[in-house]
Amino acid sequence: MTEDKIIADQEVNRESMEAPSGDNFMLEEAHSDRKITRLERWLGPENYRILRGLVKTPASIIGFILVFIFLMVAIFAPVIIPPVGRDPYKMPRDGFSGEPKPMGAEWKRNKPEIPFWYKAVTGKDKWVHILGTAQGQYDIFYGIIWGTRTAFKTGFIVVVATVLIGVIVGSIAAYYGGLTDNIIMRFVDIFMTLPYIMMALILTSVLTPVLGKSILPPLIAMISFGWMGYARIIRSDILSIKERDFVLAAKVSGVKNSRILFKHILPNAIFPTLVLASLGIGDVVLSFAALSFLGIGTQEGYADWGQILSFARNWITSLDRYWYIVVWPGLTLVLFVMGWNLIGDAMRDVLDPRMRGKS
Amino acid sequence: MTNYIIRRLLLVPVILFGVSVIIMGMLQLLGPIERSALYVKDFPKNDRQVDGIIKKYALDRPFHEQYWRWLTGVKDPVTGHREGGVLYGDFGYSRSASQPVIDIIRTRFPNTVELALWTVVPMLSIGIWLGIKAAVYQNTWVDQLARMFSIVGTSFPTFVFGLLVLILFYAKLGWFMPGKMSDWANQVVRSPQFVNYTKLLTIDSLLNGRFDIFWDALRHMILPILTLSYINWATYVRVMRSSMLETLRMDYVTTARAKGLTEGVVINQHARPNAMLPIVTMAGMSVVGLLGGVIITETVFNYPGIGKATADAAANLDVVTTIGMAIFSGFILIISNLIVDVMYAVIDPRVRLS
Repeated sequence: MTEDKIIADQEVNRESMEAPSGDNFMLEEAHSDRKITRLERWLGPENYRILRGLVKTPASIIGFILVFIFLMVAIFAPVIIPPVGRDPYKMPRDGFSGEPKPMGAEWKRNKPEIPFWYKAVTGKDKWVHILGTAQGQYDIFYGIIWGTRTAFKTGFIVVVATVLIGVIVGSIAAYYGGLTDNIIMRFVDIFMTLPYIMMALILTSVLTPVLGKSILPPLIAMISFGWMGYARIIRSDILSIKERDFVLAAKVSGVKNSRILFKHILPNAIFPTLVLASLGIGDVVLSFAALSFLGIGTQEGYADWGQILSFARNWITSLDRYWYIVVWPGLTLVLFVMGWNLIGDAMRDVLDPRMRGKS
Repeated sequence: MTNYIIRRLLLVPVILFGVSVIIMGMLQLLGPIERSALYVKDFPKNDRQVDGIIKKYALDRPFHEQYWRWLTGVKDPVTGHREGGVLYGDFGYSRSASQPVIDIIRTRFPNTVELALWTVVPMLSIGIWLGIKAAVYQNTWVDQLARMFSIVGTSFPTFVFGLLVLILFYAKLGWFMPGKMSDWANQVVRSPQFVNYTKLLTIDSLLNGRFDIFWDALRHMILPILTLSYINWATYVRVMRSSMLETLRMDYVTTARAKGLTEGVVINQHARPNAMLPIVTMAGMSVVGLLGGVIITETVFNYPGIGKATADAAANLDVVTTIGMAIFSGFILIISNLIVDVMYAVIDPRVRLS
């Protein structure tokens, strides 16, 4: 409650400070020099500032590069390693023996076709297990490449769904205020008390018998317990927009409540939420991998990073020999999450109210 | 302040009610027969037995009736014996562990508490120390290193970090191992000569004068402690750094410097105590999180706490146990949150005096 008030106050202060009052010729001069690009006009000055702050620091640029590389891998997965069998998300198995094979071991059964880059890079005519195999002879390289698609897919679905729920709940609470707001936000509080991973774990294990072992139960579970943060952010943003004059004007001219909310307030309030949400993909992928690591969620052999890592759990005593089961998918996951975190770090600086108005 | 505490206390039952309704509500996705597993102690001998349980606990009735029966259980009118009832400590029977859920909690929870207690020490001290160093040497290599450390730390998933330290310290070097204690230690602990005073192994072993067991227990706990600390350090360093930077810019710090105090005194005695305020809340939240069961860390290191129990049950699709665990950790979280809030009110003069 108080937090929102502070944000709202800052919003008011900022406006009273920034708005040119009286005949401040120096301010006018400073403004007349700056060219306003089309992008800036389209986004508005505040949103444009956020966007520009994002691509300024070296850290965030590294982040963007990392994310871009992963995106390319996901898009060109069939070119990098062609799918084997009918379901491309099923990792091909080279036999059924339990013991992992080392890196560079020959690939005997269920080989994919040889892509164009293979000979040039490895100098070999036949497929080998570039990064070795995990328990059950699942090829780790295949799992990592196609796992990138799984990562983006899960991240995208969960983020879109949680933002939708969060925006609907948060805007209803903020716009109607009073008792409605109070009830909804207490509900949000209760959801936030629950430990996220544990609740996702439980809901997945309840849903799995109903829906079968697939990617669906963990997705639904993560959506059900992941929307509260967005609801809070959008609520506080709407609370500050709600007090603006144009909303009052719309109210006075008799516009319907729902129309004011969706046509006037939301478009002005939603940008920070959207940016934050797009960065949430890293966290979603992390939680999804954690659930697979714990052995619930996707069916065995599904190409996702957490599952390859979970195979390592059975070989803990001899991990010095089978280190590649952990290191390669682990490194992939770390780089993926780090990419999003680096962008997110820049984001936090840009969105920090104390930084507003600077540069 | 009394007002604040009373308001906070009144909120507890409301939250508990909400949490239990959400958790119980998830069970509605299952059919009555699957739900009946909540109350079955053995494999049901025939369908009639299952029907009886469904009837007894109103499992085919509307939600509020089921919820009430689940909360209070059913009292046998003849013997006066009560069956079920979360309020009476009956969380159902765990199929995957073959024992009542409450017994799992009873044996596992002390282990989780022990891990949490041991983790707090390095987590707080090193995190705060690094954060202060980063702020004092702002923009030098110390600062850059600390920030790098923090970014890498936030990007490391617990289980990847855990598996990596297992490769190094267990598989390669053999210094520290996963699990709770060695077999020989387990035999000693189970022998009648060994008295369990607190159920916390490290403390009990000291009280019994068995330093070898203390050392063995510590060796098993070092890797999870390291993992949990590292994951948390990242946040502590960042928060402590920015809070310290803000404090160092305050007028009273300049005054202290102008008085001619040494830099060490200024930082440690004037700036640090005030810069620590945000850390107090965070520390409280971390401890609360640690007590609620650290599912992934406990699973990676095979540490027998309630988090591991929850993960095992979920992997076996044992809904009863996971639900029981969730209710229990929800309860722990809410109560410890309350304690942290009240403590914070006592510490912070702005809340205390309002």
